[in-house]
Amino acid sequence: MRIAACIALLTAMAGAALAAEIPQAERRSGYGFMSADTKAMQDEDTDNPGMLSVLDGETLWKRKAGTADKACADCHHDARLSMKGVAAHYPAFEKALGRPVDLEGRINLCRTNHQQASPFAYESRELLALSAYVAQQSRGVPIAPGDDPELAPFVEKGHALFVQRQGQLNLACANCHDDNWDKKLAGSAITQGQPTGYPLYRLEWQALGSLQRRLRACITGIRAQAYDYGSLELVELELYLMSRARGMPVETPAVRP
Amino acid sequence: MANSEHTRRTFFGITGGAAAMVIVRPANATPAMLQAAIRNVVGEANVRSGKVKLDIPPLVENGNTVPMTVSVTSPMTADEYVKSIHVFNEKNPQPNIGNFYLGPRAGRAQVSTRIRLADSQKVTAIARLSDDTFWSVTADVVVTLAACTEEAI
Amino acid sequence: MPSALINVPKKAKRGDVIEIKTLMSHIMETGYRHTASGSVVPRDIITSFTCRFNGTEVFRADLFPAIAANPFITFFTTVTESGKFEFEWIGDKGFSETAQASITVE
Ligand code: HEC
Repeated sequence: MRIAACIALLTAMAGAALAAEIPQAERRSGYGFMSADTKAMQDEDTDNPGMLSVLDGETLWKRKAGTADKACADCHHDARLSMKGVAAHYPAFEKALGRPVDLEGRINLCRTNHQQASPFAYESRELLALSAYVAQQSRGVPIAPGDDPELAPFVEKGHALFVQRQGQLNLACANCHDDNWDKKLAGSAITQGQPTGYPLYRLEWQALGSLQRRLRACITGIRAQAYDYGSLELVELELYLMSRARGMPVETPAVRP
Repeated sequence: MANSEHTRRTFFGITGGAAAMVIVRPANATPAMLQAAIRNVVGEANVRSGKVKLDIPPLVENGNTVPMTVSVTSPMTADEYVKSIHVFNEKNPQPNIGNFYLGPRAGRAQVSTRIRLADSQKVTAIARLSDDTFWSVTADVVVTLAACTEEAI
Repeated sequence: MPSALINVPKKAKRGDVIEIKTLMSHIMETGYRHTASGSVVPRDIITSFTCRFNGTEVFRADLFPAIAANPFITFFTTVTESGKFEFEWIGDKGFSETAQASITVE
């Protein structure tokens, strides 16, 4: 019944033509759509369950791994200095691969290339913890990815995916997050889909999760086939979203309903 | 934080006579399991409404993580204090949520935690004071489900 | 590897009532969920939390499946002397974790 109601609502949205991008002055993080209780959970580090993963990440940062027997800290030293602002610039262009990689992908490159260890699985406790720890060092730093001219075609592809209708519901991301972000869907705020706080703690998940997990959930929601974790499409979407959020402060680890 | 007043409807009545027991108002079809769980804690004692305050949002965004604070009016002295606080719900598979054991040195009879609510329902907090009297409060919580796009996860 | 987040003031005056906040990482699997194939996901929760100050219990809680994942518990206590708070979480499948925090009372 609930699904039926949702589909009716979404189909109504799908009928409308795509509107323009959100004006700079009207951009709002998902934080701004939350209740006071959920905001409080994010605001205080000691109340924020995402901080458990950050702590976990701090431990992993110092742990030696792989045949190189090196810890992240052996090369990058104090993350508070070396990783400050790094997450705000991701996804970034990786020359060796000729494509952009997101923060999780970057960490896994260090796992394989520099630690000579096997990469962490997507959404594994370790990868989430390390990316949360690294991204937390950018808290408050304005998001600024995509300066690299080599990234331009990938940002463009991400944008094309964002506005492309897909799935049984024939909806584009933009139908909800550009055109209807001031509305509600089955009691929940739609929000602008700003990627400011990832990885973040969702009350729905009762766990920390990555931006890719969130994107996959949305894609499944419009009854389309979700791209695989680590696929270029997801990274391009992440890249477009980050460039769309340019200048908004990083909130990691954010809390969302 | 949204406040639910202690004046909210409570579904405990008091029957006359020595063997007082918890009864249910006809309008509130409280499951027998909830009554049994409460009886387990209070035994044969009366449960009066008052003294207990339950801060829980009346409308929550996600039933998976609902912040909740219970506080009890008590001087918290060596002779007059709160022994324990017990929290129950109406519609989860199990009626108990948590038992919290305090004592005079707590200084302040207040506990907070985060709970799961499977559906819109009543939440009841009962406090046991040092004189072994029981006091309670009940609040209604409406759980708005998350957007349909989350189901696939 | 479980992690805990404890918030205890570093310093207090004798007789102060302080707030203690605790977060412990744990999935709190209810035991009421089913897998796609219909089998029950076994219960895996923290069942008990205790706080002791210099060896004496000052707060204890019984937890049930209705406590949200990564249990967050806050409570109050009166400080009488400098010393150490010890926190202990015990649960299903042999779960047992401890954490400590010190306070200086002036
Ligand atoms: C043996 C040294 C070494 C180790 C160990 C190592 N890295 Fe790196 N890391 C590098 C180098 C060198 C770069 C620069 C890019 C490159 O050449 O791969 C880098 C780049 C990065 C970047 C991107 C920085 C930026 O400004 O874009 C991140 C994030 C990162 N590493 C995280 C980690 C994490 C997390 C670990 C532990 C799991 C780790 N690294 C382990 C050497 C290392």
